[in-house]
Amino acid sequence: MRVYLDNAATTPIDKEVLQAMYEVMETRFGNPSSIHSHGRESRALLEKARKTISTILKVSPSEIFFTSGGTEADNMAIRSGIIDHQIKHVITSELEHHAVLHPLQAMERERVIRISYVKSDSKGNINFDHLVSLLQANERSFISLMHANNEIATITDIQRIGDLAEQYNALFHCDSVQTMGHFPIDVKHIKVHFLTCSAHKLHGPKGIGFLYINHNVKISPMIFGGAQERNMRGGTENLYGIVGLAKAFEIAYRNMDIDRVYILELKSFMIQELRKVIPTAVFHGETSPENSLYTVLNVSFPPVEIADMLLFNLDIAGISASGGSACSSGSNIGSHVLRAIGADPERPAIRFSFSKFNTKAEILYTVERLKELFYSR
Amino acid sequence: MDIPVYLDNNATTPMDPRVLDAMIPYFTQKFGNAASRNHAFGWVAEEAIDYAREAVAKLIGANEKEIIFTSGATESDNLAIKGVFEMYKDKGNHIITCITEHKAVLDTCKHLEKLGAEVTYLPVNSDGLIDLDLLEQSMTERTILVSIMYGNNEIGIIQPIKQISDIAHKHGALFFTDGVQAVGKIPVDVIADGIDIMAFTAHKMYGPKGVGALYVRRKNPRVKVTAQMDGGGHERGMRSGTMNVPGIVGFGKACELSRLEMADDAKRLSVLRDKLESGLTVLEESYVNGNREHRLPHVANISFKYVEGEGLMMAMKDLAVSSGSACTSASLEPSYVLKGLGLSDDLAHSSIRFGLGRFTTEEEVDFAIQQTKTAVNHLRDLSPLWEMFKEGIDLDSIEWAEH
Repeated sequence: MRVYLDNAATTPIDKEVLQAMYEVMETRFGNPSSIHSHGRESRALLEKARKTISTILKVSPSEIFFTSGGTEADNMAIRSGIIDHQIKHVITSELEHHAVLHPLQAMERERVIRISYVKSDSKGNINFDHLVSLLQANERSFISLMHANNEIATITDIQRIGDLAEQYNALFHCDSVQTMGHFPIDVKHIKVHFLTCSAHKLHGPKGIGFLYINHNVKISPMIFGGAQERNMRGGTENLYGIVGLAKAFEIAYRNMDIDRVYILELKSFMIQELRKVIPTAVFHGETSPENSLYTVLNVSFPPVEIADMLLFNLDIAGISASGGSACSSGSNIGSHVLRAIGADPERPAIRFSFSKFNTKAEILYTVERLKELFYSR
Repeated sequence: MDIPVYLDNNATTPMDPRVLDAMIPYFTQKFGNAASRNHAFGWVAEEAIDYAREAVAKLIGANEKEIIFTSGATESDNLAIKGVFEMYKDKGNHIITCITEHKAVLDTCKHLEKLGAEVTYLPVNSDGLIDLDLLEQSMTERTILVSIMYGNNEIGIIQPIKQISDIAHKHGALFFTDGVQAVGKIPVDVIADGIDIMAFTAHKMYGPKGVGALYVRRKNPRVKVTAQMDGGGHERGMRSGTMNVPGIVGFGKACELSRLEMADDAKRLSVLRDKLESGLTVLEESYVNGNREHRLPHVANISFKYVEGEGLMMAMKDLAVSSGSACTSASLEPSYVLKGLGLSDDLAHSSIRFGLGRFTTEEEVDFAIQQTKTAVNHLRDLSPLWEMFKEGIDLDSIEWAEH
């Protein structure tokens, strides 16, 4: 049996998505900027995709900007948002994704900004009192806080952050890569200025995503050279990627409730079975359906000898999971998120992340293998 | 033959079916994140990227470690120019480029001027080539980068790359080239050409859209560019973001095919291009733009005097081509490239770029000749200017009254 439980790293593409893309790849190759019919057909597909996404999110199509993925979208919001509004102070958290922390830290090194890290508890919940005091103590802040953590699943109340942002005249960027297409984000009522999306986290293709920019905020491009994306992002559009993204979005919203119930059941089942089989296992971050991603479960295992080789042994058993975030290539340093919540470095942690394509049988199989690994030496 | 006939292969190329076939498994069974270190899905994806990286490197005579994957040439151009500007700011702030470069280069340079860069925009000769003496004279101690494209996207001319890189190096500057139109079409060798950094993209060589590369030299000299997108440290820290695995696989395949078939394609296409040109220059007052000796094999840019540009595009609706005003799409500005060669606004507007490609047939070229001729003749029949020209009136000497 081969079991893929690393859906927070990337998800398999939906067949319907690939079908939509395949058609475009085979027959619609025109450059959307060309004025002849090949180009116009491509342009029409591009704008239709934008319309699909904006309609679902209940925003204006003019607020959606396609990018090469979540990392570019986060970088664009952060770099252009901060520089164009001449903001000197940024509030973020040590639990953010590297696509947020790294550009911010680069800007701090260039002495463009000062960073304040808002405190959080051992489950990754941010301290709102601290956030308020940081907002009060600084003239104008740029807030960059994620909707849900990719490693420990904890969800942040972004509505509340948005209200605070408004109260203190801050700009609010929210890395929503893990929640887009998994939770309905009420963009109309959340006072957020920037949201990001990466298609491959919701059964769409890699290499494409978007940045939502609230129409009240104006920023300049990060990538120059062409009138694409209404002069906001130069470069020939990744047409099939965009079509795939829109299709993935459509499917995600169409089936969101069914999928959520189904996946949540898998997660609950895993929690329940793990508690039975390995009672000393604990969970990092929030685990309740209200306060955590239903797609992610971060398990802390007892520090036994076998634990060092846990992922390796799981892989041999055909189970793909991840220790911390998979998004750091080539580095063997431990998870910065687990460090930030004060997780015991002696205890190995594994992130299991689920999708609609997983089954209860797969969960059972995984728990069985874990049981063997821990008890049959 | 499909109508309209697609002759706009400099804007984008159709994907080669072999490329698409190579990509498909990486959408379906092999969907892993190449940065996943702990399981087979990740390793399979990483291996596929390594293989593609080799194929891409091989096409341009580079080492695979010198290839940085990006989302396309525009991102590569931005990364190269901004990355050098930031990385070498202690050495200087002067960049030399040329007025006929692609917007991705020019707009990036304009942006850097606001941040303190000094940019020299070299003019070009009437054949589109830069003046090497002028380049040499423009070099200063503060020059960190010379950015001159390999082949021009509108007129297809090929700049004297080796001489340009020699001049840049003689004065201690790096040489960057936008190789988008040349790579995969003509032999490009980063060692022989003395290229330090080069941008290129898949969708101009029968690969997919949304993926490109930046070649960054690692030896003699070792070149570094400051990352423009942070987060995860992918691509040796120069470009972060989850790798577009199927796109990269497609790019690799496209490079492999180009390497193997480039010579044959070029030979066939230059014959067709010449046929097209001689078929159209029989028309009076038609001119081929750009140097005819140093140029890409598949591009012909022809001006038809006394023909109104937009009308020409309309009359040629069975051909998918670009006009001398279409390059920045919606705008009706005349092409700055053609104006850079010294063409008048009118003549620039009445110019057509024919971009042939791997899938262009002789039948299509014959059709294009016939369609274009008909359109030009028809529009001239309706044109008072053409009538005056035929009556022997020197139109350039007329002073037009203001309306």
